[in-house]
Amino acid sequence: MHAGIIFLLVIVGSILFHIFTPWYWTDIASNWQGMDDTITLTFWVGGGVFVAVCLFMVYCVFKFSYKEGRTVEYKPEDKKLERILTWATTLGVAALLAPGLIIWNQYVNVPKNALEVDVMAWQWGWQYRLPGEDGKLGTTKVININDDNPFGINPNDPFGQDDVIIQSDVLNMETDRPIKILLRSVDVLHNWYVPQFRAKMDAVPGTITFYWFEPNKVGEYEVLCAEYCGVGHYAMRGSVIVQSKQDYNSWLNEQETFSELVAKQNKLKIEENKIAKKINLNLN
Amino acid sequence: MSDEIENKSGYQTQSSETMNEYSGAAVGDVDYVRPAEIPEQDLYHGHTFLTKWVFCQDAKVIGVQYFLTAVFTGIVGLILSWLMRLQLGFPELAGFMTAEHYYQFVTMHGMIMVVYFLTALFLGGFGNYLIPLMVGARDMVFPYVNMLSFWMFFVAVAVLMASFFVPGGPTGSGWTLYPPQAILDGTPGSGAGILLMLISLSLFVIGFTMGGLNYLITILQARTRGMTLMRMPLTVWGIFTATVLAMLAFPALLVSSIMMTLDKVLGTSFFMPTILKAGEVLEYGGGSPILFQHLFWFFGHPEVYIVALPAFGIVSDLISVHARKNIFGYRMMVWAIVGIGALSFFVWAHHMYVSGMNPWFGFFFASTTLIIAVPTAMKVYNWILTLWRGNIRINTVMLWCLGFIVTFVNGGITGIFLGNVSVDVPLSDTYFVVAHFHMVMGIAPLMVIMGAVYHWFPLVAGRMLHEGLGKWHFWITFLGAYSIYFPMHYLGFIGVPRRYFEMYDSPYMTSGVGLNEFISLAAFIVGAAQFILIYNIIKTLKTGKPAGKNPWKANSLEWHTSTVPPEHGNFGERLPVVHRWAYDYSVPGAKEDFMPQTTPPSEVSNTEVEKT
Repeated sequence: MHAGIIFLLVIVGSILFHIFTPWYWTDIASNWQGMDDTITLTFWVGGGVFVAVCLFMVYCVFKFSYKEGRTVEYKPEDKKLERILTWATTLGVAALLAPGLIIWNQYVNVPKNALEVDVMAWQWGWQYRLPGEDGKLGTTKVININDDNPFGINPNDPFGQDDVIIQSDVLNMETDRPIKILLRSVDVLHNWYVPQFRAKMDAVPGTITFYWFEPNKVGEYEVLCAEYCGVGHYAMRGSVIVQSKQDYNSWLNEQETFSELVAKQNKLKIEENKIAKKINLNLN
Repeated sequence: MSDEIENKSGYQTQSSETMNEYSGAAVGDVDYVRPAEIPEQDLYHGHTFLTKWVFCQDAKVIGVQYFLTAVFTGIVGLILSWLMRLQLGFPELAGFMTAEHYYQFVTMHGMIMVVYFLTALFLGGFGNYLIPLMVGARDMVFPYVNMLSFWMFFVAVAVLMASFFVPGGPTGSGWTLYPPQAILDGTPGSGAGILLMLISLSLFVIGFTMGGLNYLITILQARTRGMTLMRMPLTVWGIFTATVLAMLAFPALLVSSIMMTLDKVLGTSFFMPTILKAGEVLEYGGGSPILFQHLFWFFGHPEVYIVALPAFGIVSDLISVHARKNIFGYRMMVWAIVGIGALSFFVWAHHMYVSGMNPWFGFFFASTTLIIAVPTAMKVYNWILTLWRGNIRINTVMLWCLGFIVTFVNGGITGIFLGNVSVDVPLSDTYFVVAHFHMVMGIAPLMVIMGAVYHWFPLVAGRMLHEGLGKWHFWITFLGAYSIYFPMHYLGFIGVPRRYFEMYDSPYMTSGVGLNEFISLAAFIVGAAQFILIYNIIKTLKTGKPAGKNPWKANSLEWHTSTVPPEHGNFGERLPVVHRWAYDYSVPGAKEDFMPQTTPPSEVSNTEVEKT
C-alpha cells in the first residue's frame, strides 16, 4: 500500500517537475525549430507511454497485492492482445521517426546560397576563415601551417589568396543568411557547438565535416567544444556575434585577407632584414 | 593440483537404461522423458583450501568470486563518482582536484562500471552461479577453463587498478578512449595509463571468451533431460543471448585495443591522421579516427544489451515468482530477447550521428534504432501484464523489480529522443545523454542486480536477508537515484555539455548551479545507502533467519537441489528430470500456488495446465 503511494508520488512529481521546471531550453536562435518541435512531440508521446505504464503498474500494486487464497489469472499467452500492442507500438514509433528523418534530410542538405565558413580547431582554441570576393575558400593542408600561414592555405591556390582570415575565437555572422560550417581539426576531435543554434558536428583531424544553420536572432552567443578533446576541453570556448547586415559588412571590411597577411609578413621580414643589415653594418 | 581426479565424481555414472527406470515412465506414458544421450560429466573436487576456494572449478564458487571482484571494482567506481560529483556540485570543497584528476575519474568510473562491474557481475557472477543450476547440470562443461576465466578477469582488474599508481596516472581519455587524444600529450595518462587500460581490456576479453564459451556450450549441450530450450527460465535465455552478443562484439574491442596499442607503441597510424602538435607535425599520417569509433561502438552498443538482456531475463523471473503468476507471453519474451540481440548489431552508429561520419548513415541507423524499441516495449508490456491479476508479494525483491520498471521505461523513452537522429543533434554530448544512459543502463540494471541479490541470497548463503533493512536500502536508492538522473535531463536541455571540469559562469550553467548541488547531495546519499546492503549481508551471515528449502516457493531447478546451499555437483545422486516450463504458478486446480519444473504430469492431471 505504502509502496503504491510512493510510486504514484514519483510519477506525479515527474509530471509536475516537467511542467514547472525553471531549467529548460535556451531560446532558440536559428532555423532548427523543427528539432525543438520533434522533441516536444516525443515528449508528449513518450511521456504519455511512461505515465500510462507506471500508472498501470501502480494500479496492479494497489489492486493485486498479496492475499492468501486470491484467485490468480492463469493465462500464459494472449495472442490478440500481444498483436494489438505490437502494432500500436510500431505505429507510435513510426510517427516519431518520420519527423526526425524529415528534419535530418534538411540537416544534411545544405542550401545553395549558404556562406561557407572554415572553422579550424586545435588544442585548445578556434579560428575562422571566410571566402573572399570569389566566394570560394582556398584548399588547405596541415603541413602548410606555420607562423606565416596560420590556416595552412595552399600558397598556390588562387582561391585562397582573398580568403578573409580571423585569428580570433570570435566569429561574426549576419542574421537570416544560412551558414555552412566546414569543420577541421589539426590534432584531435573537437565539436563547434552553440546551444542556441541547436546544431553541432565533430571536427575530425584528417577530414572536413560540415553542418549548417541560419542564425535568426541578433546577439552574442558562447561557443562550446562539445567533443572531449583532452584536459583543456572545458576551457575551449569562443563566441559568435550575430548582427544585422550593415553591422556585419562593416565588421567584414575591417578583416584581413590572406594575401594581405602574406604581404604584411613579407614587409615585416624585409624590415627585419634591413634592421639586421644595419646592425651588421654598425658592428662592422 | 595434487588431488586425484575422481572419475565417478562421487555419483554413479548412469547409463541410459538405468535413467529410464529413475523417471519411472515407459515410452508413451504421460511422464515419459527421453533418456540421456551421454553419460554424466566427471567433476574435479578440490580437497585443499587452494583448490576448493581459490583455484576452484565449481561454477558456483567461481560465480561468487566474479561477484565479489566485480563488487570491489564497483565500489571503486562509486568512490570515483563521489569525487566527480564533489567537483560538479561543490567545487569550492574540491580544491585538491585538478582537471587532470577529474578526467581520470570520469574515465575510470565509466570503464569500471560498464565492463568490470556490470558485465562481469551479470555474466561472470549470475551466469556462473545460475546457469548450471537452472538448466539442471552438475557444473559448467569446461570447469578448468571456467576457473582460468575468473583468474584472467582478476589479472585484468589488477592491471586496471595498477594504472592508478603509474607515473601520469590512469588514462583520462573518457571511457570511449577516442583517438587521437587518448594517446597524445594533451590527455592525462596518455603514457602508461592508456597502455595499461588497453592491456587490461585485452585480458578481460580473453578471460571473458573462456567463460562465455562455457556458458554457451553448457546451455546448448548440458541441459538435463526434459529441459527443452523453450522450457528454460528467461534468466538463462537472457544470459545466453547476451553471451552470444559478447562473443561477437568483444573481438571488435580487442582488435581496436591492439591497433591503438600499436599506434601508441610502434607508431603505426591505424587511427592517426597527420597531426600538428605544438607547431610540430607528428610522425603519423593516413589513419582514420572514425574507424576507431566504428569498431568501438560495434562493440559498445551490443555491450549495452550484454548488460541489459541478463537484467531482462532475471527481472522476468523475479516478477513471475513474486507475483505468483506465470510470466505473460513467454514465447514473445524469448523472441524479443533474441530479436533485440540480433538488432543490436545494426544500431551502433547511433552513437556517432554527429561524429562526422557520412551523414546519410543517419537515416539507416535512426530507423534500426527505433525498430529495436518495438521488441523492447513488448517486454515492458509483458512485465506489467504479468502483475495484472497476480497475487503480488510487495517484498524487497518485488520493490526492486518495480523500481526497475519505472527507471527502465524512463530511460527507454529518452532513448527514443537520442535514437531519432535529428533530435539527437541538440542533445548529444550534453547531460541529457549522461542522464539517459545512467538511468537505462546504470540504475535499471542495478535495480535488477539488487533484486537478484535479495532473491538468491537465501540460496547462496542459506539465510534470509533482513526485510526491513532491505526496504530502507531500496527506497533510499530508488528515490535518490531517480532524483539524481530525472532532473539531470533538464541540464541537457539547457545545453550543458558533458565532460566539463568547470562551467565558469556560462549563461547555460549559472541557472543550473542549485540543481547541480542537489544532484551531488543525492549522489552522496545513494552511494552511502549501498553500505546498508553490505551491513545486511554481514549481519545475515551471522544471525540471519535460516532460509530452508525453496523459501520463495519457486519452480525453477536451482531451488530444488539436494542441499541448501547446493554443494558441488548441485543435484545429489540423480539429476532432476524436467516436465514443464518454469512458470506454472497459481495453476487452477493445483493444491499449491506453484508447480516445480520437476512435477510430472501424472501428479497434476486434475489441473488445467496449459503450457508445459
